[in-house]
Order: sequence, then C-alpha cells, then structure tokens
Amino acid sequence: MEKKVFFRGWFLPILLLSPQLIISIIFFFYPAGQAISNSLYLPDPFGLSSEFVGLENFLFLFNDSYYLSSFVTTIFFSTSVSVLSMGLGLYFALLADRIFKGAGVYKTLLIWPYAVAPAVAGVLWMFLFSSRIGVVSWYLGLLGYDWNHALNSEEAMGLVVLASTWGRISYNFLFFLAGLQAIPKSIIEAAAIDGASFWKRFRTIVFPLLSPITFFLLVVNIVYAFFETFGVIHTITSGGPEQSTTTLVYKVYSDGFVGQDLGSSAAQSVILLVVVGLLTIIQFKYIERKVHY
Amino acid sequence: MNIRKIFLNVCIFLMLSTSAVFAKTQIEWWHAFGGRLGELLDEQVQKFNASQNDYEVVHTRKGNYSETLNAGIAAFRAKQQPHLLMVFEVGTATMMAAKGAIKPVYEVMAESGLSFNADAYIPPVKGYYTTTDGKMLSLPYNSSTPVLWVNRDLMKKAGLNPDMSLATWSDVGMALDKAKSSGTSCGLTTAWQSWIHLENFSAYHNVPFASKANGFAGLDTSLSFNSALHVKHLEMMGNWAKDGKFFYAGRRNEGGANFRAGECMFFTESSAGYAGIKKEAKFDFEIRPLPYHAGTKAPQNTIIGGSSLWVMTGHSADEYKGVAAFINFLSGTDIQSKWHQDTGYLPITIAASEKTAADGFYNANPGTDIAGKQMMAKAPTENSKGLRLGSFDQIRGIIDEELEAIWTGSKSAQVAMDSAVKRGDALLRRFEKANK
Amino acid sequence: MIERNKKGYFMSHLGLIIGIIFIFFPVWLTFVASTVTQEDIIQPPFPLLPGPHFFENYSYALFEGTPEGYGKNIPVIKLLINSAIMALGITIGKIIISLLSAFAIVYFRFPGRKFFFWLIFITLMLPVEVRIVPTYEIAAKLNLLNSYAGLIFPLIASATATFLFRQFFMTIPNEMVEAARMDGAKPMKFFIDILIPISRTNIAALFVILFIYGWNQYLWPLLMTTDPNMNTIVMGINQMIPGGDDFGHWPTIMATSILAMLPPVLIIITMQRFFVKGLLESEK
Repeated sequence: MEKKVFFRGWFLPILLLSPQLIISIIFFFYPAGQAISNSLYLPDPFGLSSEFVGLENFLFLFNDSYYLSSFVTTIFFSTSVSVLSMGLGLYFALLADRIFKGAGVYKTLLIWPYAVAPAVAGVLWMFLFSSRIGVVSWYLGLLGYDWNHALNSEEAMGLVVLASTWGRISYNFLFFLAGLQAIPKSIIEAAAIDGASFWKRFRTIVFPLLSPITFFLLVVNIVYAFFETFGVIHTITSGGPEQSTTTLVYKVYSDGFVGQDLGSSAAQSVILLVVVGLLTIIQFKYIERKVHY
Repeated sequence: MNIRKIFLNVCIFLMLSTSAVFAKTQIEWWHAFGGRLGELLDEQVQKFNASQNDYEVVHTRKGNYSETLNAGIAAFRAKQQPHLLMVFEVGTATMMAAKGAIKPVYEVMAESGLSFNADAYIPPVKGYYTTTDGKMLSLPYNSSTPVLWVNRDLMKKAGLNPDMSLATWSDVGMALDKAKSSGTSCGLTTAWQSWIHLENFSAYHNVPFASKANGFAGLDTSLSFNSALHVKHLEMMGNWAKDGKFFYAGRRNEGGANFRAGECMFFTESSAGYAGIKKEAKFDFEIRPLPYHAGTKAPQNTIIGGSSLWVMTGHSADEYKGVAAFINFLSGTDIQSKWHQDTGYLPITIAASEKTAADGFYNANPGTDIAGKQMMAKAPTENSKGLRLGSFDQIRGIIDEELEAIWTGSKSAQVAMDSAVKRGDALLRRFEKANK
Repeated sequence: MIERNKKGYFMSHLGLIIGIIFIFFPVWLTFVASTVTQEDIIQPPFPLLPGPHFFENYSYALFEGTPEGYGKNIPVIKLLINSAIMALGITIGKIIISLLSAFAIVYFRFPGRKFFFWLIFITLMLPVEVRIVPTYEIAAKLNLLNSYAGLIFPLIASATATFLFRQFFMTIPNEMVEAARMDGAKPMKFFIDILIPISRTNIAALFVILFIYGWNQYLWPLLMTTDPNMNTIVMGINQMIPGGDDFGHWPTIMATSILAMLPPVLIIITMQRFFVKGLLESEK
C-alpha cells in the first residue's frame, strides 16, 4: 500500500535515517562482512597472524562429527521446546478461554515468566536439579534415582528443554488466547446447538481456525530456540556433557571464545547466517500471506 | 606580592612533582586462584606492596585456568592486556607460539638489571617453561604432581590394613574389591583425569604421550596415547566404574569435595590438594606415591601440573622493572618455602626446598615430601619432561569427553582413545598451520 | 463457554491452577533459598518455607556482594544499576532512531528510498549471536569494551522497531498528512505534533518489549565486560555460580536471581495491557 502523501526534499529524510544507518553499518554490516571474510582464514588466537585457507574451515566442519551432531541437537532441542511450550500454551489458553470469571487474573499470573531472562530461568532450574543441593534431585535420590545432569546426556537435555519451555509458555499462551478470543462465538454456538461436544468442536472448528497462528508460532519459537536459549545452556550445562547440549549458536561461542579457534567459529557463523536467513524468509513469506487473511 | 606568588607556585610545583615521584607504578596480574589459594596469593601480593614504594601489584581473579587464559587472549586482542598472566602448564605451547604477545622472563630480567640466576630453579619444574637452550620463558608459580590420597579410616572400616602396599594398580584393585564387598560406596575417585591418568601416566611409565618428544621437538607432533598400555589402564578403570568401585565426579576437581567430605577411600589428585584437605578433612588421611603397573618401565618420574606467570608485551620499561622486582620477590627463599608448606605446591627453587627440609617440615607432616621425591627420583627422559602441545586445553576437553564415554560404558577404551587421538590430531594440525 | 456445567468449570480452574503452580514452583524455591542460610541449603532436606533472613541476605547482597571466602563479588546494587542503564539505553535509543527512520521512509520520497528500506530490512535477519565475534572485534577497536556505550550500541543496530513503526505509520489515514500539508506545516512539526502523539500506545508497548529484551541480554554483556564492575545482573549471576571445586554462596546467588527478575516482571505486570498489545502487534 503506497502512501500517496509525502513531504518533499531529500536532505531531511537522509538526516533522519542517518543514526540508524550509521549504527547498522558499524555494528551490523561491517561485522557481518567480517564474519564472512574471517571464515576463509585461520588466525592464531592472539590476532598476530593469519593464514588464508579458503574453504578449509568449512571442510573441517563438515567432517567433524561433533559439528554435524550439533545440527541434530539444535533441531531436536528447538522442536522439543517449541512443541512443548506451544502445547502447554494452547492448553492453558483453552482453559482460560472457557471461564469467564478470573480469566484476567490467570492471564496475569501466567504471562510474567516472559520477563524472566532465559539465563535466569537456567539458574532457577539448575538450582532445583543440582546433584549436590537440589530439591528435586534430593527427592529423586530418596526414590532411588541418582540425578546428575553433569554426567548424563539425556538428563542434561531434559533439563535445558524444561527450563526453556518453562519460560516460553507465556508467549504462546498469549497468542493462542488472542486467537481463541478472535473466533466468533456464533460459529461455536451453532456447532454446539448441532450437538457437537467440546472436543469435537475443537477438532473440527477451533484448531483449523487457529492454524495460521499455530504455524506462525512454530516458526517464531524455533528461531527463538535457536538463539535466545544460549543463556539457558550456558548456565546449566555449558554445552555438555560430551557436547550433547551444544546447539549451533553455543558452538560458535564455545569454539570461538573458549576454544580460540576463530577460523572455525567464523565459518560456523556464516553457516548460521544462511540457516537463519532461510528461516526468516519463511517467516516473512508466511506473514505476508497472513496479512491477506 | 610577587615573591609570595613565586614561593607558592614553587611549593605547589614541588608538591606535585614529589607526589609524581611517589605515585606507585601499577602492575596488573590476572590469575585463577580463589578460596584458600586466593587468600595466600593475596598475602604474597600485600607483602610485596608493603616492602617497597615504587610498585604496586594489583591482582584480579578471572575465573578458572581456562577462563583466565581466554581473558588474557581477549584482552590482548583489545589491547588491554595485563602485565602478568597466570597460564596453566598446558597453555605453554599457545603462549610460546605467540611471540608478539609475550615478553620472555629472561629478557625482562636482563633488561631490568636485577640479578637473576636460572639455575636456582628446580630442574623438572624449570624444564617445562624454558627453551631448549635453557632460557626461561615464564616464571613457574605453582607446580604440583599427582599423588594418591588415602582415607585411612575408610580403609579400616572396610577391613583393610591401612599400611598395606598400594604401590601398584593391582594392589589398589585388591583394596577396591575388598572395599566394595564390605559396602563402601566410593572406592576411588579422581581429579583432573586427563592430567593424571593419561599425561602423567605416560611419563610415569616412560611411554610417549605424543611424538616429537611430546611436542618439545616440533609443531608437527601427533598424539599416541592410544597404545596398548594406555588402553589397558583405562579398561581397568572403566571396569571399576561399571562395578561401582570408581566414582567419576567431574573433569576438574569436583572429586575433591567428595574426598574431603569423607565419602571416598582413595583419591588421585595433585599434591596441592593438601591445603584444602588439611583444612576440611575430619578423618585420618595419608599421602602415598602414585600407583603404577608392575612389569613396565615405571616408575620413571611424574610431570608437573600447575601454572606459570607470563609477561605480556605492550608496557613501558618502567613497568617491566616493576615486573622484574616482583619476579625476584616471588622467587625468594622464604616466600617459596612458606608457599610450599602452606599449599603443597612444590618449591620452585632448590634453596627453598632445602630450607623446608631444614625447618623439619617434612618430619612434622609425613608424606608431604612424596611429591618432590616422585618428580626428582630419576632424570627425565624425552617422555617425561612434560608436554608442549598446542590447543591443548581443547584437546584435554576432547580427552575428557572420550573418557566420560568409557566411564558411562558407551565406548570401549580402545575406541574412545582412537577417537580422541584422531580428533586431537586434527586440532594439532590446525594449530601448526595457524602458527607457521 | 457453552456448556455451563459445574464439572467443566471445575476442571478448567484446576488445570489453570496446576499450570500456575508449575510456573511459580521454581521461583518460590528460589525465594525460599534467598531467605535462609548457606548451611540450610547445603544440608538436605531443603526447607520449603521462607526463612527469617530476608533483610539480612538481601541487604548484604545488594551492598556488599558475596561473603568472604566465596569470591570477591560486586555489590549487587551496582549490577542492577548497570542493567538499568543498559536496558534503558537500548530501549530509548532504539525507539528514537526507529521513529526517525520509519518517519523518513514512509513520509518522504527521495532517491534511494527503496534501497535504504531493504538495507534496514536485512538487519532483521541476523540476531547478534551470528555476528558475535566480529562485533566484539569492532567494539574492541573502538575502545568500547567495558563501557555502557559498548553495551548499548551494538544491540540497537537491528531495525526491528523501525519496521514496526513503518507498519504502523502505513495504517495512518492520509487525511492527517494532507491536513498538515495544507496548513503549510513543516515535516518535523508534523512529526512532533501529530505523528508521535498518535503513536503513543505503540511507543509504550514497544517500550515494555524492548526494556525486557535489553534487560535480559546475556551473551553480549558476557563477552564484552571483562571488568567485573561493568557486569549486568543477568550475566553477573553466572559468575557467582561455583564451577568445579569452588563453593558458591547460594543465598546470595538466589537473592541476586530474584532481584534480576524483579524489574522486568514488575514492568510486565504494571504495563500488562501495553505489553500484550506490543507483543501481539509486533509479530504481525
């Protein structure tokens, strides 16, 4: 939709744009370009010398089983967090939509975890499950189960998924609730008059009408799980044990800043760039369609 | 009026210039010590600062050894590096290769005009941090070697004679069997598994850990810790893990907490665990030499762990004078002797070790001289001088991962070590290329 | 809801209450931990009700940091201040520059307009984690490490807010601008007198979202603050957590965690309507 009305002149708009442009050029475009060019070099950690190696960093990555498994880890982790937090969010939204009184109170009580930083959520859950002093791990110990997520990969993955899901339910809850409340009551009532039970109505009417939101949330949640969960992983497991909770973003950090292998880290950044680019294109293509609904 | 003004200005000028003279030059030191060790380090620094008026050392704890090294590297890239950086022994190759980032200690001392005698330092400790022609690159700060810590009370409870021989691993195995059958939940635990059970294991049994004299002779070295002897040792420990006789607590010193709490009977760990164990253990404990496998070339000598202080480039000549003064201070006999007695770390000078013996310390605290003896019993071979491998912190991480696979039973010892060697070699090749 | 049976209501309320318990459970225990002593925490069983040391623990953490022997930490109040400066800087900075940029893009015809729009659009595609290493290098080169400017500027480089305001401006009826032009008003007058007031609720909504985003930043502050005095509270907690053989002082760590959560949670609850609006509209 083009604006038909506008102001004349070019000096003012360029001036207005310049803060955004300057900052973006310095802190976005230049570093992004550097990431691409750095990926072709093998620098020493101190930055004193670097050797041009072409695509060797990429070859090294594709032959590294740990890098390839970090792809799998990332996909598994993102899907689990997305599905779980969306499922729970939908469940609570359905319940909140059903009741009249108190919906507002429940809403307030359910949305505040959005404000909790993933890193802090990680600290909270790590404290609960800490093998020496955690409440939950102690009670599990009484039941005969020795919880130690520092040594057991499945437990580590379970814990980071749990902590990330916990923080993400509110987001999905809000969207699903808004979506449910946007469904015209008349359709529901008509179906009820026809004798459809709650679950039948859900299956045949509500869920299909929610599908745009569902798909949208799926993409957004996956992107979130890719990036914003760095804090959770860093606080709870540091990517371990045996790199079983190392997602792609975590590996960029751990190889670059901890392992001082800057060539590999840059190459990983470039690959992530491509992956995220694709995901964002999907997301925006989808949003364009949504606008036309 | 004029004379008063002149007089006032002269006074002010003198005040300012003398205060400039009295302003102490600050020396920044980044290290990895917290807890009791951090307190003792702080004591040393305060002593130095109080002993003279020219220099003031300001020390900051940056985290653990890895975090401290990375902080130093990141600071160098941002041109904000400290004067002194504590780097653990496995970072030696990385620091040595960074010729534009470090100023060798022998150079700092020579330029400062202060006297410096490289031969005053103990050979095994010194050897790790000097060039092949004996020039000291970094100052050894804390060096230790692994020993076997024993909880005598738990041994008695398991029906074992606490004075029994624990010289070989089969002796230890028998003790663990007895302990397990009498209900001990944690027979053996360890700290720093790669350092003790692979690196020191190789030196002690006089087998190579890596080619080219463990990397001392060139950057084109490759790993060799997947030999039959290594695999035999790790298989033994893997079986113990499966049987519940060996309890794995973590990669660094997590096992220390278990041992100090009295939960475990045996603990392989650095001799420097002495500080913590003495403070917290409420049981009768003893230090024994590290066990070895009978029928091999053992016992050769064990190698050091710990850290050294590296001087970083980019500071003024005056500041380097202060660094030299501090280095001299730290190498002083009394300081070293006290440090050794308080912490269990080895004294870095021969004079300090002699003084400790003369003070009767070893008689009063039996077993504290085992570490020193274990290290100096025989002249080191090319397998037991130490390690000089690049990216070694990352390689240790790889080794830790593969060892954990053995303890959990998901990989056999041979498969795990073959994988560790392969992955580690890839990193060595990248290091070689990046530092050509 | 259609069926007004008691059972339906009861089950719904029950489900929601269980959900709320799950949500609150970790925070409750964290709060409990922040009000007891270190010994209570180290010796299981862990207390499930708050202890008597609330004021003591919190004021110690705020003004003195961690107790002796557990590492030299910074008084938490400094961390809170750092976080506040960073979050407000990001929020206000981003809102201002994006209002200006969106205004320029929507209401002006000038050469290169399309180009600049796409340039800005691209910055939506890459979160800071992807370009983290080179961004660190630039910040180091410009001497921005361990500074508030360094904490703030790299995080306002992406144009998410610009895009949102652009979408919003596109929905404003043409008549308003027409009227302003007919009155001979200059662009900046239109901007200040008409556009900004109309955008009030959007600005408020974005304020909430951006504040939370800024406050909760973790990776970037982690990397570029090497001086503990510049730590923010969200990443500072991580430094208090014991690694390996260290001992952590848990009541302090837990008190700091609660304090780290408080400002964003308070903002979400008091400005809930704006938050919800901001969230729902920003994703359209």
